[in-house]
Amino acid sequence: MNTTYAIFKREFKGYFSSPIAYIYLTSFIVLINWLYLRGFFLINQANLRSLFSILPWIFLLFIPAVTMRLWAEERKLRTLEILMTLPVKDVEVVLGKFFASYAFLALSILLTFPLPLTLALLGNPDGGQIIGGYLGALLIGGAYLAIGLFASSLTENQIIAFIIGILLSFILFIVGEQLVLFALPSFMVPFFEYLGLGSHFDSIGRGVIDTRDLIYYLSVIGFFLYLNIRSIEMKR
Amino acid sequence: MIKAKNLSKRFGYTIAVNKASFEVKKGEVVGFLGPNGAGKTTTMRILTCYLQPDSGTAEIAGYNIHENPLEVRQKIGYLPENAPLYADMMVTEYLDFIGEVRGMPQSKRKKAINRMIEVTNLQSVIRRPIGELSKGFRQRVGIAQAMLHDPEILIMDEPTSGLDPTQIIEIRELIKELGKEKTVILSTHILPEVSAACNRVLIINDGEIVASGSPEELTQRAQGKGIITLTIRGSKDEVERGLKEFPRVEDVEWLAEEVSDSSISEGEIRNTEWGTPNSEFGTPKSETLHRFRIRTQQGQDLSEELFRFVVEKGWSLSELYKEQVSLEDIFLQLTTKDSLNG
Ligand SMILES: Nc1ncnc2c1ncn2[C@@H]1O[C@H](COP(=O)(O)OP(=O)(O)OP(=O)(O)O)[C@@H](O)[C@H]1O
Ligand SMILES: [Mg+2]
Repeated sequence: MNTTYAIFKREFKGYFSSPIAYIYLTSFIVLINWLYLRGFFLINQANLRSLFSILPWIFLLFIPAVTMRLWAEERKLRTLEILMTLPVKDVEVVLGKFFASYAFLALSILLTFPLPLTLALLGNPDGGQIIGGYLGALLIGGAYLAIGLFASSLTENQIIAFIIGILLSFILFIVGEQLVLFALPSFMVPFFEYLGLGSHFDSIGRGVIDTRDLIYYLSVIGFFLYLNIRSIEMKR
Repeated sequence: MIKAKNLSKRFGYTIAVNKASFEVKKGEVVGFLGPNGAGKTTTMRILTCYLQPDSGTAEIAGYNIHENPLEVRQKIGYLPENAPLYADMMVTEYLDFIGEVRGMPQSKRKKAINRMIEVTNLQSVIRRPIGELSKGFRQRVGIAQAMLHDPEILIMDEPTSGLDPTQIIEIRELIKELGKEKTVILSTHILPEVSAACNRVLIINDGEIVASGSPEELTQRAQGKGIITLTIRGSKDEVERGLKEFPRVEDVEWLAEEVSDSSISEGEIRNTEWGTPNSEFGTPKSETLHRFRIRTQQGQDLSEELFRFVVEKGWSLSELYKEQVSLEDIFLQLTTKDSLNG
């Protein structure tokens, strides 16, 4: 655990060792606020529903950018060789990196808090929905992070890691969408609906927190972290 | 301390390491010497449990690389090729990170960091990001990182590559110093480095260990061909027959005829290590100088016997020398011959 914590600290600090983190956070906040305000003035409604419904799409671009560096750079600069010859278990390193990226994501999400606060001042928003929305954001974000981290472990090129991350996340998101389900034979529909990242997000976003959805996201995270461990074990 | 048995590793069609077996005893400083792509780095990566060998095994300080990789890594300090360090971290911050990952408690870590900064002379750069350091300093941070937990075994891949001559000497001195109490493996393609820093050399070529021994032993073994060159004034046939019949001479080769008058030949005699010519060197001035190369059986050193023999025969000896074989020659001999065969 000490190892995981040491790696977590290094990676989290690492985000702020270059201006990229600040550029990233700024563009994320600006985008979120702009989308929110647009919705606010267009439909004149005091809720975050519309915002949360497009969040998976925003994350699709933003999250692979958070994770793309984590393994690819270590491979490219060969720092992996020192890291993986320290007395550490692969799983400890994977978790350290994953939690660091999670903390960075949590920070980005935290910076959107002024929105629900202004909502609370202006009107009477549905607290359950807001909490559910944020929880859903953290869960689907975690799944994207695990996918992106795995993608980063496959290559030493950050851009390729970024693109693989987007593709994998996109595929896992889209399989549960109506458009795809429509094209499938009906017996496969429930399965794919369950498999898709989006449907679980919608139900949590409505404020309905079901353990099945929690288990789903945790399994997706666990599955991709496991693949990640395997890939750094095999590809050196 | 280190026992490697039949280690093999291939990448696709390249066989990087081929059934390498070797042992390193406690306190030895062993040099891996070999041309580019010989498999030095791969062997080190296997020993440090970065790579898994396809077959074979190794034991490090009593721990097996397959069964106890974490213990093995705990016992080893490793400096990979080109010291790949985190460029964005400051020197002390980096060393602290390494110590923390190695599970050293904070107080111990602080002490160890201070000690390493002293040993590797990093005082002037401790607050600078590693990415800004010169190559020599980065290399030293790499060594500090490898030694932080005071390991019994130190493995260094080309510790002096890319450094300027002053820094090379500094790092070599440092390695020598460390070698007094630690078991060290280093790799290099620089031959003087092995003679300067190592007790023993493993010459690696195409993934195979082609020779092993102390630098002196290797030189002797190659000199083992026992080649002696003689320049004698006398009749060619008579001298050649005489030398051929001399016991333990394997082969006599006539190289050249040298035309010179006696005055020069006397001068030559005076200049040889054999000192002033003595009266027995009667100089029949009518005959020319002949140069022969003699190969002795099992490479024995017959120079003194041959000298006496020539003198007894009454021939005039103008020159006698053993061919010196340098580590370079051995290296080239072993590594080029094998690559032709392979
Ligand atoms: N990760 C890898 N993937 C594919 N081939 C590799 C890999 N690592 C090493 N090789 C190949 O294995 C062989 C041995 O390489 P290695 O790096 O061990 O040599 P070396 O003795 O360290 O050479 P150098 O003196 O250039 O550092 C080379 O032919 C190399 O191309
Ligand atoms: Mg190498």
